[in-house]
Amino acid sequence: MVRRHRASTRAWHWLNVVAVFTLLMSGMTIFNAHPRLYWGQYGANPDQPWLRIYATRGGEGFLRVGPLEVETTGVLGVWEKDGRTQTRAFPHWMTLPSNYSLAEGRKYHFLGAWLLAIAGTLYLLWSLANRHVWRDLLPRRNEIAPRHLWQDVKDHARLRLPRGEAAARYNPLQKLAYLSVLFVILPVMVLTGLGMSPMMNASWGWILDLFGGRQSARSVHFIAACLLVAFIVVHLVMVVIAGPVNEIRSMITGRFRLPPEKGDTP
Amino acid sequence: MIIGRRKLIAGLGAGIALGGCQKILETEPADRLASSLDLFTRDAQRLVTDRNALAREYAPEERSPEFRANGSRTVDTPEYRRHLANGFADWRLSVGGMVARPLSLSIADLQQMPARTQITRHDCVEGWSAIGQWTGTPLSHLLQLARINGRARYVLFRCADSFGDTPYYESIDMIEAMHPQTIMAWRMNGQPLPERHGAPLRLRVERQLGYKHAKYVTGIEVIEDFRSIAGGKGGFWEDRAGYQWWAGI
Repeated sequence: MVRRHRASTRAWHWLNVVAVFTLLMSGMTIFNAHPRLYWGQYGANPDQPWLRIYATRGGEGFLRVGPLEVETTGVLGVWEKDGRTQTRAFPHWMTLPSNYSLAEGRKYHFLGAWLLAIAGTLYLLWSLANRHVWRDLLPRRNEIAPRHLWQDVKDHARLRLPRGEAAARYNPLQKLAYLSVLFVILPVMVLTGLGMSPMMNASWGWILDLFGGRQSARSVHFIAACLLVAFIVVHLVMVVIAGPVNEIRSMITGRFRLPPEKGDTP
Repeated sequence: MIIGRRKLIAGLGAGIALGGCQKILETEPADRLASSLDLFTRDAQRLVTDRNALAREYAPEERSPEFRANGSRTVDTPEYRRHLANGFADWRLSVGGMVARPLSLSIADLQQMPARTQITRHDCVEGWSAIGQWTGTPLSHLLQLARINGRARYVLFRCADSFGDTPYYESIDMIEAMHPQTIMAWRMNGQPLPERHGAPLRLRVERQLGYKHAKYVTGIEVIEDFRSIAGGKGGFWEDRAGYQWWAGI
């Protein structure tokens, strides 16, 4: 047994789980209010969306991204709840609240947003102060050498995870994944979220310019949310592969059982 | 085998956690916290922004080719048909409540006053945006003309349109009311305000979402508190569907 994950990391991790799931699920409720995405300053029903989830009169659901169209009946656009067919983009089991309410969805979204922003800021400041970012997250120079990274990619592909002492530290791909969530995806989520606020737009017009307009900010907000979902999926798969009980315990109590070196195991 | 069982337990745990999410959020304290965040968000936004900051204004060629109309697209009464037929010559806008000098103005009266023209972006709470040009009388001008009481805190807009039997109304606070881009608009894209966009008169309050932009306005009321009016939440959608009173985000 070794100590792993500082108390600040563990506390933030679980607060962030609550914030991110609240945000993702209530975000899908908000998306359902207008399931089209555009590029530029404006965009509404008469304009051309680059992404659209919709239902046909014949009762089929479709996802359209640019020129690509995929039938999604049952999951997106058209789905069933309690035996009744519904025609909204994201299905009830993905959204918060599960029955469509834009007002409630927005309420929960801002609750999640404040939690994400406050907990995230405190964690970031704390992690800079206690050097967590430098000691654990920033890859060492040799770790990001192409050969080393390629080796890490191959190890991941073969599900060959570090054992012994090395398992207590983050591997290079893991570091890059965490850094991009912390310093790219989450900040982009917050900025594009603020970029959709007409009040913020008046004073912080640079956000509009950074993303190329309010509808572009809305599109980037959606894309960044998809990247976050992709991260969560990979993250959970890795937890399961690495040993879910040991991994989850180490994120709760900080106690981590080092996986024995090869050859030590029966 | 062991991993399989553990995975099952972890999966069940995650399922229960997600299902419980909404249950927790629906409890009274969580709901109260979420609701009070509305004004917390307003205060936070006001703290980091300039009270007089102008909403972005666009060039004529940046306007939406077609401006989507939403909410009420007409007023379904014989009176309104009559107003529409005679070009709103008899439409009156009252300015009352906590004012020293109540006003009753025709559209022609408003058009004699100083006017402001702006090309701005309209952001619906649903997520879409449209850009259009608006011309109208600054609300601050009307409020100064009516000489508002120093205790006044909100400006409430009475509208001719209704959903079922419930008339539309909205309210904004004094900071948004006195903002230079807050106008009572009677022209859109160089034409008299179209029926579906709130003819003859609608509010433009450019740093707020679309549902604040009351259409078919008949009365402006200066008030200290909106809790005793209609459903008590300060606006039609606030009463009907629980929309946030603060519509700055």
